[in-house]
Amino acid sequence: MQWDIVIGLEVHIQLATKSKIFSGSSTAFGAEPNTQASAVDLAMPGTLPVPNAEAFRYAVMFGLAVNAEIGRRSVFERKNYFYPDLPKGYQTTQLAQPIVGPGHIDIDLANGETKRVRIHHAHLEEDAGKSLHEDFHGMSGIDLNRAGTPLIEVVTEPDMNSAEEAVAFARKLHSIVTSLGICDGDLSQGSMRFDVNVSLKPKGSDTLGTRTETKNLNSFRFMEQAIRHEVERQMEILEEGGQVVQETRLYNGDRDESRSMRTKEEANDYRYFPCPDLLPVVIDDDFIDDVRASLPELPDARRARFQSQYGLNDYDSGQLAGDARLSAFFEDAVHQGKDAKLTANWILGEFSARLKAEEKTVAEAPVSATQLGQLVARIADNTLSSAGAKKVLEALWSGESSDVDAIIEAKGLKQVSDTGALEAMVDEVLASMPEQVAQYQAEDNPKKRKKMLGGFMGPLMKASKGQGNPKLFNEILIRKLGD
Amino acid sequence: MHEKTVAELSRELESGKISSVELTRHFLDRLKQEDGQYNSFITITEEQALAEARAADERRAAGQATPWTGIPFAHKDIFCTSGVRTTCGSRMLEHFVPPYDATVVAKFRQAGAVCLGKTNMDEFAMGSSNESSHFGPVTNPWGLTRGERRVAGGSSGGSAAAIAARLVPAATATDTGGSIRQPAALCGVTGIKPTYGRVSRYGMIAYASSLDQGGAMARTAEDTALMLNVMAGFDPKDSTSIDREVPDYTATLNEPLKGLRIGLPREYFSDQLSPEMATRIREAVREYEKLGATVREVSLPNASLAIAAYYVIAPAEASANLSRFDGVRYGYRCDHPKDLMDLYTRTRAEGFGTEVKRRILIGTYALSHGYYDAYYLKAQKVRRLIQQDFVNAFQEVDVLMGPISPSPAFIQGEKTDDPVTMYLEDIFTIAVNLAGLPAMSVPAGFIDGLPVGLQIIGNYFEEGRLLNAAHQFQQVTDWHLREPR
Repeated sequence: MQWDIVIGLEVHIQLATKSKIFSGSSTAFGAEPNTQASAVDLAMPGTLPVPNAEAFRYAVMFGLAVNAEIGRRSVFERKNYFYPDLPKGYQTTQLAQPIVGPGHIDIDLANGETKRVRIHHAHLEEDAGKSLHEDFHGMSGIDLNRAGTPLIEVVTEPDMNSAEEAVAFARKLHSIVTSLGICDGDLSQGSMRFDVNVSLKPKGSDTLGTRTETKNLNSFRFMEQAIRHEVERQMEILEEGGQVVQETRLYNGDRDESRSMRTKEEANDYRYFPCPDLLPVVIDDDFIDDVRASLPELPDARRARFQSQYGLNDYDSGQLAGDARLSAFFEDAVHQGKDAKLTANWILGEFSARLKAEEKTVAEAPVSATQLGQLVARIADNTLSSAGAKKVLEALWSGESSDVDAIIEAKGLKQVSDTGALEAMVDEVLASMPEQVAQYQAEDNPKKRKKMLGGFMGPLMKASKGQGNPKLFNEILIRKLGD
Repeated sequence: MHEKTVAELSRELESGKISSVELTRHFLDRLKQEDGQYNSFITITEEQALAEARAADERRAAGQATPWTGIPFAHKDIFCTSGVRTTCGSRMLEHFVPPYDATVVAKFRQAGAVCLGKTNMDEFAMGSSNESSHFGPVTNPWGLTRGERRVAGGSSGGSAAAIAARLVPAATATDTGGSIRQPAALCGVTGIKPTYGRVSRYGMIAYASSLDQGGAMARTAEDTALMLNVMAGFDPKDSTSIDREVPDYTATLNEPLKGLRIGLPREYFSDQLSPEMATRIREAVREYEKLGATVREVSLPNASLAIAAYYVIAPAEASANLSRFDGVRYGYRCDHPKDLMDLYTRTRAEGFGTEVKRRILIGTYALSHGYYDAYYLKAQKVRRLIQQDFVNAFQEVDVLMGPISPSPAFIQGEKTDDPVTMYLEDIFTIAVNLAGLPAMSVPAGFIDGLPVGLQIIGNYFEEGRLLNAAHQFQQVTDWHLREPR
């Protein structure tokens, strides 16, 4: 039987505010356990929450970026359940009146088409602390540093139909929130966490199947794997005539396994009700206009600009514009290097490959945009060959030296572009290879001729000690060989 | 010395006739000698009090005194006091020492007042008789004059009894459904519950957040005005506190009452009220007529729904507010929990008393899936109707007057087995909390030697008008000066 896959996402996005959503404690990651937890975060008796205005601003920025209606009156509610890392015994969140209403995000599909994914709503809430189950000899440790970190939870409509689409959505969302600067986008530190709702239905059917929710996936890769895993699991059940149980599941990415966390019957009754410690938050047109006026450039607009301003192609502009930091790096480098296409090639090629190999972010790159721009400038003005440029990048990357020109000088990587000197070398090499010259001149097939031309380049580079300009060598060769 | 009011003591401190250390020693001695029979204090902080008194005398000598500098008083044990245990009347917090002051506590500290300790209260402020305290019931000083153990009222029974017994001249209190006014009435002292949002709730342990309001208790209206001068005001730590100027509440105490329009809610003089109580209230109202006020009957048509709405909303909020007492971070924890569920269930089963558990269960039920609309939402609609009744009434009159309690202080144990009868004790006070209005209890006579309180309800932020009305009444009556002997 043929099946349609239906996927909806719930994404928790940690907001990059300096302090927590209801207390003045720092939100910085990585501090000693419980050093960033105040009396309010610990839910000490009598303490009260005070909303952080910056969190509202960020949420409105997000709403405007995804073309959503902004909730003019949003209400915090208490979601009640007991867990040791939930200090108050309830999470302060929004339900009936969220800050961000219906909106949408357009994603690019592999076939070149664009697909619109609807956003049901997004709401503000507080994060819980962390329970640590290792190193406590059968007990659990509680770290409340994260408790009270502001989150927006984005809830989509079930508009995605494959793992690839879900990942494309997640990446686009990541690109939007990092471009807005409202989230640091660091998935490894839990800055974005994905819950995926998956169901299957017979191909073409209008009735949705029973869904499962797989919670707390913290990388694009695990999300993709978890969806594939869940689709296969449900398909097996359905193909054998069974029924999918509505439940919450946990996925173990290292083992590619999932298990049931709780079924619908075991689900908590959260007993939501409006939080009496917080007044409804009313947002007026002035505030919205103010936020709208200060919105930074969003990925789609940036992509269009990269094409018109720098003449980049669709693919390169998309790759760069999707990443706010890479975009900034690119523009800084272009400022130095001038040649935008060449800059884009080097950033998306050699530079990104090195980052990926070392699992580094752009911010952690040992080579600055200025240095990369200088490098590109030296390629563009024919000082460096591509091979020479790679050697310079290596020296920059390893920290051997920080100055592009000094490296070129020290390593003798400056190209020889003096036509007279190059012509003399070509004459010498051709004179020493009469057989090859004859074969070349007898060949009619242009492809083969081109390949044979390459046979002269090795000796030429050797003769020039690697410093001859390959482009000029090529031109001289073609001329001398009598085309 | 203990016969004097805060205003009088303040003048004597200012004149140098007494020192704060002398005054503090005097009240501490009385407390230690007398409180055994009332049980009005949970904690006495003798050393801190004497240190505060010495500091107050130095401050006064330096010419930096406020009217409160050096005045002994007490806090209801619901207000967190830095370094001093704060129990909220519960086993759950029997050994809890907060590392912070409630805003109200900080304000009295800044004014230089001397805190003698923490007064007894119903557990988590849930009760109308002060019998639900883990630290034992409070005994009404007036009952003892008849050789009977009668309730002090609740939940602020400790504050009321201590003032009545002249153990402190003043004490803070809180009112969620009548917890300032009813014990004040039953003990024959003056109490004011301000407008919701007038006094910060920060550091005041929550029972029902949308109803809880801190307030003042003392013997005279003037003293409660002096207290509100310290307590009232916006607090950035409490999002529900209101940013509005605080008047000097003593400045308007002596305004004449001529032309004051008094409304008597028809529903407050029904057959739920004992005939003797009705008589006392009507006599008090007649004093106001003599002072030039006009009286008319008004109607609060939804008054009879107040108790029902309250006992959905307050327990619903309480069920969430009390979830934090889970044995994980502070407070009581059961011995040797075998797993997480055991830790939760035994900690809460052993740490909370019966009435608290009853209200948590009621609230949890009212918020449960499938019942929310029928209970919680319905109760919120009723709350708005009740609020509207008052808005309508205040278009015709300046203040409303009526009883506080259906009858005077009852015998301890009389109603403990019948929660609904106990809940009806608050039938005349609860609507005020649902509407968020300010209201007072003013001593207005006796029935068989037991005090009666007159309730005065004002429009939003009209604490000044209430205090003026109460003070003028106290210029022509002496009920508030009577002492239980």
